[in-house]
Amino acid sequence: MSDTEIADIETVPVKRPTRWHIAVFLAPAFLVYTAVMILPLIETLRLSLFNMVEGQLAFVGLNNFKTLFGDPRLSADFWNALRNNVIFFIIHMLVQNPVGIAIAAMLSLPGLRFAAFYRSAIFVPTLLSFVIVGFIWKLILSPIWGIAPSLMDLIGLKWAFAPWLGKAETALIAVSLISVWQYVGIPMMLIYAALLNIPDEVLEAAECDGITGWSQFWKIKLPLILPSIGIVSVLTFVGNFNAFDLVYTVQGALAGPNGSTDILGTLLYRTFFGFQNQMGDRSMGATIAAVMFLIILAGVALYLFVIQRRMRRYQF
Amino acid sequence: MSKARSAPVRAAFIHLALIAYTLVALFPVFLTLVNSFKSRSAIFSAPMALPTPSTFSLIGYQTVLSQGNFVGYFQNSLIVTVVSIALVLLFGAMAAFALSEYRFRGNMLMGLYLALGIMIPIRLGTVAILQGMVAAGLVNTLTSLILVYTAQGLPLAIFILSEFMRTVSDDLKSAGRIDGLSEYAIFFRLVLPLVRPAMATVAVFTMIPIWNDLWFPLILAPGEATKTVTLGAQMFIGQFVTNWNAVLSALSLAILPVMVLYVIFSRQLIRGITSGAVK
Repeated sequence: MSDTEIADIETVPVKRPTRWHIAVFLAPAFLVYTAVMILPLIETLRLSLFNMVEGQLAFVGLNNFKTLFGDPRLSADFWNALRNNVIFFIIHMLVQNPVGIAIAAMLSLPGLRFAAFYRSAIFVPTLLSFVIVGFIWKLILSPIWGIAPSLMDLIGLKWAFAPWLGKAETALIAVSLISVWQYVGIPMMLIYAALLNIPDEVLEAAECDGITGWSQFWKIKLPLILPSIGIVSVLTFVGNFNAFDLVYTVQGALAGPNGSTDILGTLLYRTFFGFQNQMGDRSMGATIAAVMFLIILAGVALYLFVIQRRMRRYQF
Repeated sequence: MSKARSAPVRAAFIHLALIAYTLVALFPVFLTLVNSFKSRSAIFSAPMALPTPSTFSLIGYQTVLSQGNFVGYFQNSLIVTVVSIALVLLFGAMAAFALSEYRFRGNMLMGLYLALGIMIPIRLGTVAILQGMVAAGLVNTLTSLILVYTAQGLPLAIFILSEFMRTVSDDLKSAGRIDGLSEYAIFFRLVLPLVRPAMATVAVFTMIPIWNDLWFPLILAPGEATKTVTLGAQMFIGQFVTNWNAVLSALSLAILPVMVLYVIFSRQLIRGITSGAVK
């Protein structure tokens, strides 16, 4: 049996000389993807090792990185952006994902009415463009238009209102929470799908053992959706360390006030293109992009090789 | 006993929590839409009120449609989005078919290579993409945006579609081959119609980031003739910073197409996700 199988496989190339249709099917996707995505990525990484020396592009090794990490002028901006980006990510992990999981857990309860309506409505912000999200939240939080102050007045909290977006201490948290508001839909959808995929028998068995409600969520459902939570976390990580648009639309390219909302994406934009009296610098732009690439790669690798391997997957 | 009594209470709490969050999610959208139909003074004096006959006004929409080049921006966005989605679906489905249907040397490797882009954002290659587009003379053309978005959408599309294509029955394809259909006919006439639900899921996932993207229009096509709606609205905000009617109307118009598509595809979307397209 196994002998004939092996023989079969070995004779396949002989029977069908060249299967051109496979190449035809693969070629368009392969070419566009390689030419527009992979080669520019590699070229960007390569450019990060070059810089202008006496008017000519020359190989400078890791000097660009040294400048980025150590030069007093640039490195302050870089470390500030990196620190802000880490805070941005932590706020997403602490707020966006737990809220998304909680909503998904509620939505997936059997027999809940209007579940489809809630689900669709809560996903709506995810569809909106950053321009809309940025502008409308700026208006809501603005002390002049006064929606936030008057709403807070209704519940007697007017004293707690502050122009959060305009103060350096609170601006980053405010922008992060706006981003959380926009993206809660994604963890919600993915976790919701994972929860629906848990077979009824498992839950019935739990109920027979008297495990219901809260303890059922913690002891049965949560361990079963851990792989999805892992995926959501890595997606959040990649999305956050490559974010740009929301900060740009809310706080502008300078990511004010006073750089307090500057993240790697906005730093890359300013460095690469220049802004106001700062000249654009292609090599330093490529260097920042390379650092972002390495950070994202490290996060994805950590997920793929460490976290995902340790997680137990249950096959139903 | 106690369980029977507490169930409705628990359900009420859950509804309360979900309604509260739904309000949080929809309130800003509601605010944009409602105020876009009001006169300027009403926007300031009563921002949360619905438009009444005395405050109703279309002045914002009139400004947008007459002053700005908004119709043109809209057209640009539509062209870029529709062409990119079409290319992503066609090229993606073809590649997914090759990967899921045939056993050939390097199949695994090709699959992994094409999946890299799911995790690594194309934005990181911007420096060289711009350089390449300048060299090819494609700056300030819609073609440059279409190329970038096609490349950006392909990895996830191939991944989702090949998962789906593995579920298409082999008997059907064998029957097709016995009837003398070419491999191309099997793909276009047998397999493609069967994976339509997955295509809808992919279309929505592809469309949202393209329609809403600000980064590439800002960098590759900031010219007046090639501005997309998102970039146009952003510029509009800068230009008409005091004309809130116009800005709110522009934003409402930009929301519209995504909403329409979402309503159409939302059933497909959740079915696509739950049936294991994104695992």
